[in-house]
Order: sequence, then structure tokens, then C-alpha cells
Amino acid sequence: MSSIVNRIGLHRIGVVLALVGMGLSLSACGYNTIPTLEETAKARWADVQNQYQRRTDLIPNLVATVQGYAAQEKSVLTAVVEARAKATQVKVDASQLTDPDKLKAFQDAQSQLSGALGRLLAVSENYPDLKSNANFLALQSQLEGTENRIAVARRDYIDAVREYNTALRTFPTVLWAKTAFSGNKPMAEFTATEGSEKPPQVKF
Amino acid sequence: MPLRHCERGQRISSETAPELFRRFASCHDGVLVPVTALLFLCLTSFAFAFNFPTLTGRVVDQAGVIQSGTKSDIEEMLKNLEDKSGIQLVVATVKSLEGSDIETYANQLFRTWKLGEAKKNNGVLLLVAPAEHKVRIEVGYGLEGTLTDALSSVLISSDIVPRFKTGDFSGGIARGVDGIISILNGDSAEWQPKAAVRSDDHFSNELIPILFVVIFTVILIFMIGRSLRAGHDVTRNGRRGYVTASSLSGSSSWSSSSDSSSSSSSDSGFSGGGGSSGGGGASGSW
Repeated sequence: MSSIVNRIGLHRIGVVLALVGMGLSLSACGYNTIPTLEETAKARWADVQNQYQRRTDLIPNLVATVQGYAAQEKSVLTAVVEARAKATQVKVDASQLTDPDKLKAFQDAQSQLSGALGRLLAVSENYPDLKSNANFLALQSQLEGTENRIAVARRDYIDAVREYNTALRTFPTVLWAKTAFSGNKPMAEFTATEGSEKPPQVKF
Repeated sequence: MPLRHCERGQRISSETAPELFRRFASCHDGVLVPVTALLFLCLTSFAFAFNFPTLTGRVVDQAGVIQSGTKSDIEEMLKNLEDKSGIQLVVATVKSLEGSDIETYANQLFRTWKLGEAKKNNGVLLLVAPAEHKVRIEVGYGLEGTLTDALSSVLISSDIVPRFKTGDFSGGIARGVDGIISILNGDSAEWQPKAAVRSDDHFSNELIPILFVVIFTVILIFMIGRSLRAGHDVTRNGRRGYVTASSLSGSSSWSSSSDSSSSSSSDSGFSGGGGSSGGGGASGSW
């Protein structure tokens, strides 16, 4: 009776040790590298979307403030509102990051909004009362800060994607990419248009 | 744009690159040497897109615009701030932004110096570039809610820029530091308890894996001990398996320790705590 128990126990030791050994050897050989980098890139993408969302959230307040002082600038104001509506419709899920077209659509919508915002801030230069409004000044600095955060988040995302894409193509991780993770595709990078990363210039 | 490579370039530091090269060269001498030499060149071209000053203290006056008396006063204030709240506020003046805009430069410098504690990201950098007439307050992730973009902007335009305009860099920086500290202290009562709770959480989070490993080891020893007592031949296999497992875990810990060697060394006992920034803060010019 006791020898049977012992034998089962020994068998279990063997299985446990084999599992532990396999797990450790897999992680030591870089099995974890690709999933880790993929998750990092996805997390960086979430940051990018958060920062763009943050900008989108600032806009209603900004439009309302400008409207109070410069209601006659209807075309500029409606352009901002429309661009904002369009930008909120284009969402890129983390699983769609391998599709360059999706990313391009997202980027186009956001850069359109950037352009409209830039015009709004340029127009507001002509209204001294607006420019000295405390609420407007606060919104303006928040907007500048958000644009800068967007630039940082984009840079981090581009770095993370580059690292992930490199892992898919270089030794030794390419061995895992071709076998265990053969479904993994390289992620799309931002095609950074010069100047779009910079916050709109605001002069006091 | 070479700026983007900076973060990665830093990781592939001048320390690791020759090491890599040597290992490659010793393995495949002959045909592969030119190839690895090319690789080595590629690696070094990534490294150090910016030529940052070293973090020698709480005030790094590379541009040499701060009077020595003011400098020691500011250092005293900054040290007090860190002793009381753990916040690392560092003042830096640079000779040149190396063609970059101040936002990018400040963010990269912040991340290179790793200001603030790693868990709380409570660092602040006041960067002045007299040659470019630019100033920036770069705020770590953890302080964005306290030292907001709007407050930073007001501080720069009302306290710092007017003094810089008259050439009074020492006065402007001192007032700026004063302002930042008063904002950070303003609701310190509110965020200090929060931070304490958060670090408590981390403690228990770190404890769980350790407990798990301890329990696992105890069970393993117990099982091996029992099987040894049974006197079967199979135990040798079991023991051998155990040895290989521990040697493997040793090799994996080696790879992680080589990762952490990238953190910079300190000269005067002052160094960043591992914090990061996501571009919060405000800039100004005069």
C-alpha cells in the first residue's frame, strides 16, 4: 500500500520537475520575448490613444470659451467641431495594429483635427479679450501639454513597435516567430509627417 | 530623425557594444569578422543621439549662469524637498539643445537621469537653455495631477521669464524653484497618504511570489526527502532534474542582471531613482 503511494508520489515529482525544467528552458531561450514585446507595443498604443482622447476631451471647453468672445469666426469653429466628431469615430483596436490602413485612417483624422485646432488658435490671436481670459489661457497650456504628451506617446509607440518587429525578424527570436508565433504579424508604424508631431505654435 | 533612437541607443551603451563584438569575434573569426564589424558600427551610430550633461547634483549648471551663492541655496531647498516628500526636483542649464526642440530634449534628459522614485515617478526637471532662450518644466507621470500644465505655464510666464528677460538667471531660477516647491507642498497633505497606501500595495504584491516560491521549495524538498527515504533508484533522476532546473534559473537571472546594469552611476551620491516622464509640464521662451 505504502509503496504504491510512494510510486505515485515519485511519478508526480518527475512530472513537476519536467514541467519546471521546460518552463525555465523555454523562458531562457527567448520564448517569452515576442509576447512580451507585443504586449508592450499594445500598451504603448493604448497610451497614444489615451493622449489623443485627452485632447478630444479638451475641445468642447475650448470651443465654448472661444465662442464667447469670437462667435463670428463660425467657419473655424465648425471646422474644429466637425474634425473632432470625425476623429472620435476612428478608433484603432490593439488587435488591428497590424493593419497599416487602419493606422493611417486614424492618423489622418487626428492630423485634420490638429490643423483645425491650429487655425482656431491662430484666429484667437485677434481677440485681446479672449487672449487675456484666464480660462482660455489655462485651456491653451493644457492643449500644448497634451500635444507634447501625444508626441512622447507616439515616440514610445514607434520605439516599441520597432523593437517588436525587429524581434520577429532577427535571430534567435525569429525561430519562435516562425514556429510558435507564426500567426504574429509585424505592427504598423506611424508614418510621421514632419511638423505634425510639434504642438501648434502659440505666441503671447 | 535620429532622436527616436536615443532611448534604445542608450541601452546599447558603449559598455555592452564592444563586449558583444568581442564575443562575436571570438566565436566566428575569419569570414564573419567584417560582418560583425559592420554590425558594431551600426550599433555605435545609434548610441548617444544627445550629448547630455552628467547628473552631478541637484543643480547641473552646464551653461554656467547661476551664481554660486544662489546655487547652494537652491541645492539646500531641493534637498529639503526630497527629504520631506521624496520628490526629486533637479535644475539643469545646458549650453545647447543640439538642434532639438526643448520639449524633446527635456523629456529625453528626464528619462536618461530617471528623476523621481521608480514606483511613484515623482520627479521634476527645470531645464534652462540660455542660448536658445527656452525654458521648460518637465513633470514626471506621478506629479502631473499636482503640478499641472496650466500651473507650470503660469509659473514660467509670471515668475521665470520676466527675470530671464533682464538677464537675471539666478533670480529667475530661484523664483521658479520656489514656485514649484510651493505648488508641490500646496496639497502635499492630500497626496502623501495616497502614496503611503500605494507603496503598501507594492509590498504585498512583492511578497506573494516570494511566498509562492518558499511554499513550492518546501513541498519539493519534502517530496524528494520522502522519495529518498523510500530508497528507489528513481531518486537519482529526480535529483539530477532538480540541479538542472536551478542552474537554468541561474542563467535567466544573469540575463536580467545584465539588463539593470544600464542604470547610470553617480559621482556625488546623488542619482535618479528610476522615475519617468510622459511629457507633462510647460515650456516658455523669452
